[in-house]
Amino acid sequence: MAGIAIDKLVKRYGATQVVHGIDLTIEDGEFVVFVGPSGCGKSTTLRMIAGLEDINDGTISIGGQVVNRLEPKERNIAMVFQNYAIYPHMSVAENIAFGLYTSGLDKAAKRKRVEEVGEVLGLTPLLERRPSALSGGQRQRVAIGRAMVRDPAVFLFDEPLSNLDAQLRAQMRLEIKRLHQRLGTTIVFVTHDQVEAMTLADRIVVMRDGHILQVGAPMELYEKPADVFTARFIGSPTMNVVPAKATAEAGRSSLQLGEAPLAWSTALPADVLVGVRPQELRVLEQGESADLVLSGTVVVVEPLGPETFVHVEAEGGLLLASASAKHPPVVGSAVRLGASASGLRLFDAKSERAL
Amino acid sequence: MTGSSLMQRFAPGRVIVWLLLLAGGLLMLTPLLFMFSTSLKDSADIYDLRLIPAAPTLDNYKTVLSDGRFLRWFWNSLAIATIVTLSNVFFDSLVGYTLAKFQFRGRYLVFLAILSTLMIPTEMLVIPWYVMAKNFGWLDSYWGIMFPGMMTAFGTFLMKQFFETVPNDFLEAARVDGLNEFAIFWRIALPLVTPALSALAIFTFLSNWTAFIWPLIVTTSKELYTLPVGLASFAVESQIQWELIMTGAALATIPTLAVFLLLQRYIVRGVVLAGLKG
Ligand SMILES: Nc1ncnc2c1ncn2[C@@H]1O[C@H](COP(=O)(O)OP(=O)(O)OP(=O)(O)O)[C@@H](O)[C@H]1O
Ligand SMILES: [Mg+2]
Repeated sequence: MAGIAIDKLVKRYGATQVVHGIDLTIEDGEFVVFVGPSGCGKSTTLRMIAGLEDINDGTISIGGQVVNRLEPKERNIAMVFQNYAIYPHMSVAENIAFGLYTSGLDKAAKRKRVEEVGEVLGLTPLLERRPSALSGGQRQRVAIGRAMVRDPAVFLFDEPLSNLDAQLRAQMRLEIKRLHQRLGTTIVFVTHDQVEAMTLADRIVVMRDGHILQVGAPMELYEKPADVFTARFIGSPTMNVVPAKATAEAGRSSLQLGEAPLAWSTALPADVLVGVRPQELRVLEQGESADLVLSGTVVVVEPLGPETFVHVEAEGGLLLASASAKHPPVVGSAVRLGASASGLRLFDAKSERAL
Repeated sequence: MTGSSLMQRFAPGRVIVWLLLLAGGLLMLTPLLFMFSTSLKDSADIYDLRLIPAAPTLDNYKTVLSDGRFLRWFWNSLAIATIVTLSNVFFDSLVGYTLAKFQFRGRYLVFLAILSTLMIPTEMLVIPWYVMAKNFGWLDSYWGIMFPGMMTAFGTFLMKQFFETVPNDFLEAARVDGLNEFAIFWRIALPLVTPALSALAIFTFLSNWTAFIWPLIVTTSKELYTLPVGLASFAVESQIQWELIMTGAALATIPTLAVFLLLQRYIVRGVVLAGLKG
């Protein structure tokens, strides 16, 4: 087992730089998830950790040893690919045994390890099958088995669940989580699905355009997003972001938004973005009041069972708010939306950084 | 069978296609049938052009098979075609794989150079080959017969195209699993392109089995003749013994059929990429 230290890591493809000197320390045994939109450099970073991609600048250390110049096989890592990449011309058992290619174990010992891993992953009855006779979830399990069998210091996962349907994805998510609890091996996991990130990670690394925007525990990112991007990326449904003006009088700032100006305890720039999660923005009852009140017209109602979301055309654009599941407003009706000051996240309109 | 599928079966377009295919098939089969027919005729009957021999006899087969020369030529051809085929399957795919999966300076240039040789017909290469063989002292030897075909541009091109369809994930997974580059080629990439390998093997075997001009030019000793060259020499000695030539030719189809039957199922099976979700 080993931690990973990434220092000023740079990747260029020809003249274009795609990873811009990122720093990150991953503790031994930690489950770290990289999230970010397509093309932000998640896979590239992971592949540099794996040794499948050359490092142009900076260093990567695994277990205290700089691995920049080491081959993948010398790094004591195992990787699971998005497309599974299990070898179609070999049986499940042979595929898993391939993870032991460099182990130097004899046939019987290999077989024993394969059976143990098969047991853990529920693959025992499938060991002699060909990959073509497996379902997507089973194939992914074989790929995980091939990675596990070696007992590596670090597991690397590149969007391993994105080819599975929603139900299977949830199930495999759980299995990977339990596997981590059981093995305690350091895991670096790449996804662009924020739900996966939230549910799996000890710490989430949010990336955009080859930079790390924020690193933190899932709830930390949810509660204190460092910028608009992270705020909107983490949490479902997406946070509402409304532009607003702020004024300062006698050292006290106030936010010019909604029915009444809202006093704010800290200094604010003139232009701000106000973020409020749909769960924090409620449809108000008749006569009810709140710190921030916005009025608008209901456009769409989305009942989800325990809660109902309504899309409201209001000051600042189309907003998503929560409503009583029992008595939701009807489409076309005028509503007042309210949020408490503690539910608001303020960002600088220019830099989009949190205030 | 339902009425509509009957209608489909006998739709005018289809009927025309089937008739054309039938005509083409007959056109190809006729000479073969005459070959077999003649091989069963007595030398007196060979200009009697009936398809079914009046007095069928296996005497020609006895003559040919007991003739030491024929057997020698048969084995020569078999050995040469087999060695050249194995060499092509190995080297063409090795080079094709390298061109498909490795980035290196001059890769495109190498590929173009290989491709450009495809445009030169064998007939034009015979003289340079001959000069080369003469200078190296390879004239009238097995190696002399084989060397021009040990690797082919066509095979390299074919294999390169196929290796390009092999997803990199497989190779990278193997790299992480700790295989060296040759093992990745041999144990992962090569088994994934068996259909192409089979096609290449069949094609190479057939073209070498039937090769005529180059073996004729490069050999002078009769013991080194390949079967097509040997059979043709039946014709030039004294009088043309058509019935023996046809018998030899009929026997010569056996390895061809064997190779095809052995390998065709790999081609028909198609590229299997079941280990991958794409
Ligand atoms: N071989 C390559 N040559 C040139 N550019 C590349 C190469 N591989 C990746 N890139 C570029 O590097 C950037 C980062 O790619 P990367 O694959 O790391 O993205 P990602 O975050 O994994 O995205 P996704 O979620 O779509 O997988 C992209 O802009 C991509 O176009
Ligand atoms: Mg990716």
